[in-house]
Amino acid sequence: MTIRHHLSDPLIMAYSAGQLPEAFSLVVATHVSLCDDCRSRLLAFDAIGGALIEDAAEVRMADDSFEATMARISGMPQAVQARSSRIMGAVFPAPLRDCVGGDLGAVKWRSVGMGVRQAILKMDSGATARLLHIPAGQAVPDHGHRGMELTLVLQGAFRDTEDRFGPGDVEIATEDLDHTPVAEPGSDCICLAATDAPLRFNRLIPRIAQPFLRI
Amino acid sequence: MTLDMLPLEIPDALGGGQAYAARAGLLRLTGAKGKGRMTSDTEPDWAALLLRVRDDADKAAFALLFRHFAPRIKAFLRKSGASEPLAEECAQEVMATLWHKAHLFDPTRASVATWVFTIARNRRIDALRKSRRPEPEDLPWGPEAEPDQADAMVLQQESRRLGEALAQLPEKQRSLIERAYFGDLSHSEIAAETGLPLGTIKSRIRLALERLRHQMS
Repeated sequence: MTIRHHLSDPLIMAYSAGQLPEAFSLVVATHVSLCDDCRSRLLAFDAIGGALIEDAAEVRMADDSFEATMARISGMPQAVQARSSRIMGAVFPAPLRDCVGGDLGAVKWRSVGMGVRQAILKMDSGATARLLHIPAGQAVPDHGHRGMELTLVLQGAFRDTEDRFGPGDVEIATEDLDHTPVAEPGSDCICLAATDAPLRFNRLIPRIAQPFLRI
Repeated sequence: MTLDMLPLEIPDALGGGQAYAARAGLLRLTGAKGKGRMTSDTEPDWAALLLRVRDDADKAAFALLFRHFAPRIKAFLRKSGASEPLAEECAQEVMATLWHKAHLFDPTRASVATWVFTIARNRRIDALRKSRRPEPEDLPWGPEAEPDQADAMVLQQESRRLGEALAQLPEKQRSLIERAYFGDLSHSEIAAETGLPLGTIKSRIRLALERLRHQMS
């Protein structure tokens, strides 16, 4: 998989800092699962968090804190949850599978017209996420969005006025971009799209992004 | 330098941290050259201590980690808006998670501080924002799952350098970054430019990842 369209530094940083709504985190986590370049950039941003923790002014722990923690450790169930890893042949990377409750076959599609189907994923209130299934050669029905929209291609490819987006590519669109993605002929296109609800993400990202655009 | 001079204080009740760490060969001497002035400080090798927790359920090693990181985790949570009791509780939980997930720590990908940060961040999202943060899937591991020592060392050094670079930023820029990571940005007025020496650490981590991928294929 050759990925040409990556996450921006502000997005990766906001994800690392834990400041993104769940729907955007889902897109970031899914893309990072496919893209080693963005994974290493994420590790670098996590390292900033580590440096800040290292440098933090200490706040005194309670007197019995260590004993209380050891008691917590004994009280915790030993069964440790295995981390999700890649499954051969799966269309969805682990974070998306966890969210859907299975791979592509488990998606509960609903028709939105013109052969296009979608499935809304349950997310916290900050932003919405959905899966889109676009028949080969078909355009996505108008889906105006305020604020930002992230679209990650999972299978097939689409084109819009900006470029071509293939498997693993992510398009970062703001409300200025008037785009009508069209699925390439030959193969149906399956995408994960996240859109922010007005007011929240819109306020957040520019504030994080501005200082870091020059990285 | 004798052991008595080491700036590490662990009560005897916890097994005499300095002597313990020195015995176990876990202290490393590091000299930092800065502005023509030679300073030297000593700190425990946190990654080695954590591996002891992983391999031997080593309580004394954990005590050293606790003493260093728990008050910092608490500070992070307080700055993120947690009350004193909540921050105390979450800091304990994060340290308990550190113990239980020690087998997932990979010194070629993160310093202990970085790993602590990711656990504390996730706890904060869970406890303070009542939200969830989907995580990337793990890289598949080959049969040779033991991390490369040289990679681990390079990463720990780079993390240290990043910390020094952060510390040297003008206060205004530094606090901006801190607010981005710790604070609630919706209440902040952030408008400034800053730059971070990310290039080096990025390329180092990338190298480590590439090596990892070669091992897998």
